[in-house]
Amino acid sequence: MIEDDRLDRSFAALADPVRRAIVARLSRGDASVGELAEPFDLTLQAVSKHIKVLENAGLVRRSRDGQRRPVHLVPAALEELTGWLDTYRLAHERAYRRLDTVLENPEEPS
Amino acid sequence: MNSAVRELVVTAPENTPFIETAREFDAPVAAVFRAHRDPDLVRLWLGPDGYETEVPVWEFRTGGNYRFVQRSPDGREFAFNGAYHRIEDDLRIVQTFEYEEFPEVVSLETLQFVDLGERTRLVGRSVFPTVESRDAMVAAGMENGMRQGYDRLDALLG
Repeated sequence: MIEDDRLDRSFAALADPVRRAIVARLSRGDASVGELAEPFDLTLQAVSKHIKVLENAGLVRRSRDGQRRPVHLVPAALEELTGWLDTYRLAHERAYRRLDTVLENPEEPS
Repeated sequence: MNSAVRELVVTAPENTPFIETAREFDAPVAAVFRAHRDPDLVRLWLGPDGYETEVPVWEFRTGGNYRFVQRSPDGREFAFNGAYHRIEDDLRIVQTFEYEEFPEVVSLETLQFVDLGERTRLVGRSVFPTVESRDAMVAAGMENGMRQGYDRLDALLG
């Protein structure tokens, strides 16, 4: 089963919109701190701090090789996080979104 | 209007065999109830994305039975059945629910339709035979989600 403590830290890490945006960016590929800072009106230090929080939660890692030290996502951690209840919820939410559509067109059962 | 309730809320308290869901719909209670009563409407929304639903048995009345089969895009079939313990029009459905892969795990579901005028709140409560079976059922639901890959990530990240 899931380690509750780590899960708490992960959710706390993702409670911040900047950190969610960083994770969203990393889901498309690795990036340097500078690249991650670009969309925000924040100092590199501030962004580094956000990355540190994500790193402590086990959601991202920084490679040691070379000068660039790109940040990358830890997909397994995210799987765990989005797993269990959230996946259950999303599966049901998707069905209910279709029900929304059905309810918008009540006279057209196919 | 509180948009927070428009999204499904799921609670599954730890070490209990319960799952509770709550969701609001932008339609009167009669329409929401009809979408649960009429199998041609049910087929349109029940189940995971991309799955086709067939409804071979649908005796929507107190004491009746139901069975539905969902086919995944890659052709696998998942069948479910149960009995309607009690149906109160526009108010409540109490039914048993079984995933036919696990016939020994039958849950009792209560679906309550709360009249909010032009809107409806749908409150679901499931009681499983054991905590373990509840967790296993939730985890099985997860399998569908897994296949939808990064959709979940997008949803999580908003």
